[in-house]
Amino acid sequence: MSDELKLYEVFVRSRRGLDHKHVGSLHADDPEQALEYARDVYTRRSEGVSLWVVAAGDITASQESDCDSFYDPLDDKPYRHAAMYDLPEGIDSL
Amino acid sequence: MTRSFQTRIDAEQKIEPKDWMPEKYRQTLIRQISQHAHSEVIGEQPEGNWITRAPSLERKAILLAKVQDEAGHGLYLYAAAETLGITREELIDRLHTGASKYASIFNYPSLTWADVGAIGWLVDSAAIVNQVSLQNTSYGPYARAMVRICKEESFHQRQGYNIMMTLMQGNEQQRAMAQDALDRWWWPSLMMFGPHDGESAHSAQSMKWKIKRRSNDDLRQQYVDQAVQQALAIGLKVPDPALAWNEERGHYDFGDIDWEEFERVIKGNGPCNRQRLAHHVEAHAEGVWVREAMACYDKKRRSRRHDAA
Ligand SMILES: [Fe+2]
Ligand SMILES: [Fe+2]
Repeated sequence: MSDELKLYEVFVRSRRGLDHKHVGSLHADDPEQALEYARDVYTRRSEGVSLWVVAAGDITASQESDCDSFYDPLDDKPYRHAAMYDLPEGIDSL
Repeated sequence: MTRSFQTRIDAEQKIEPKDWMPEKYRQTLIRQISQHAHSEVIGEQPEGNWITRAPSLERKAILLAKVQDEAGHGLYLYAAAETLGITREELIDRLHTGASKYASIFNYPSLTWADVGAIGWLVDSAAIVNQVSLQNTSYGPYARAMVRICKEESFHQRQGYNIMMTLMQGNEQQRAMAQDALDRWWWPSLMMFGPHDGESAHSAQSMKWKIKRRSNDDLRQQYVDQAVQQALAIGLKVPDPALAWNEERGHYDFGDIDWEEFERVIKGNGPCNRQRLAHHVEAHAEGVWVREAMACYDKKRRSRRHDAA
C-alpha cells in the first residue's frame, strides 16, 4: 500500500527566526498524517519548533542539468559583487 | 497573551506569522514594512531616469542591475507584509491613495549623472545602516527579508561611491558636478532617519516591541561618521559649516536638519511628490492588460491540464 501513499517533503524550522530547512521526505495518506509522521521521524530530539510538509508532486523544480542555460546570463555580471569596486585607502565602511 | 507575547520579545525570540500578536503590533508592522516596500519601488524612479543616459555601456549595465535589485527588494518586502494578512492590492491601493508613505528622499530630482553616484553612495548607505539594524527586528519574515536585502545592497553603495570617486578624479567640471550632487543630497539623506528621538511618534512602542532596534539619532550618527570619512577620502566637502570632529564623543558633531523642509516633503510638497506617485499610478494602470493576460493564460493552462487528467 505504500504505492498508494503520497510522497511528502518535510521542512523543519530548528529555531524561531530561522528559515524552514528541507530535512527529508516520507509517505502519508494526507497532509495531517504527514505532519504527524514528520514529527515522529524528524523531530524526535526536539530538532525543531515548526514543521512544514509539502506534497512532493506540488513542487516545481529546476533541473541541475539545465543549470548552464538557466543561469548562463547571470555569470558574466561581476559588477553585481561589491568586490569589483576598489576603495580608496583607509575606507572600510562601505 | 499580551504578557507572554512581550516575554517572548524580551527573550529575543522572533514572532512568526501564525503566532498570536497584538493587533497594534500587526498594524505597526504592516505600516512599516509596506512603507519600506514602497520606498524600494518608488526609489527606482530617480535612478531609472538615468539608465538610458548612462555615460558608458558598463555604467548602464551596472545601474540596470542595481535598479533590478531594488525591484526585487520591493517584492521581498511586499511578501513579508502579506504574511500579516493584507493583500498586495490593498498595499498598492494604500500607496496610491496616500494612506501609506514611502521614503521622502525619493521626492528629490536626479538632475545629473553625478546624482546617480550620490544616490547609490548616500541613500543606499543610509538605507543600509537602517537595514542592518533591522536584521534583528522581532518579526521573523521581516528580519529574514532584511538579511537577504543587506547581502544584495553591498554593491549598491560601492557603485555609487565609485561614480563619485571617478568624477572626483576627472576635470574641474566633473568634480564640480560631484560636489553639486553631494550638496543637494546630503541633507535629505540625513532626514532619512526621521525626527529626533524625542519627537518620533512611534518610536517608544516600536522599541519595546523590538520592531525598531536602534534610535533614529543613533543610526543617523553612525551614518554621518561613515559618510564624512568617505567624502573626505575622495576630496568632497560636506555642506555643513557646523560639522566638526568631537574628540570627546568620538563622533562628528553636525548641524541641525531643516525640519520645516522635512515636514513639507513628507506632507506631499517636495519637488517631485506628485510626479513620483502619478508615475506609479500610471504604470500600474498600464499594466492591467498584462495582469489580465496572465490570469487568462493561467486559467487556460489549468483547464487543459484538467482535460488531460
Ligand atoms: Fe534596496
Ligand atoms: Fe539599494
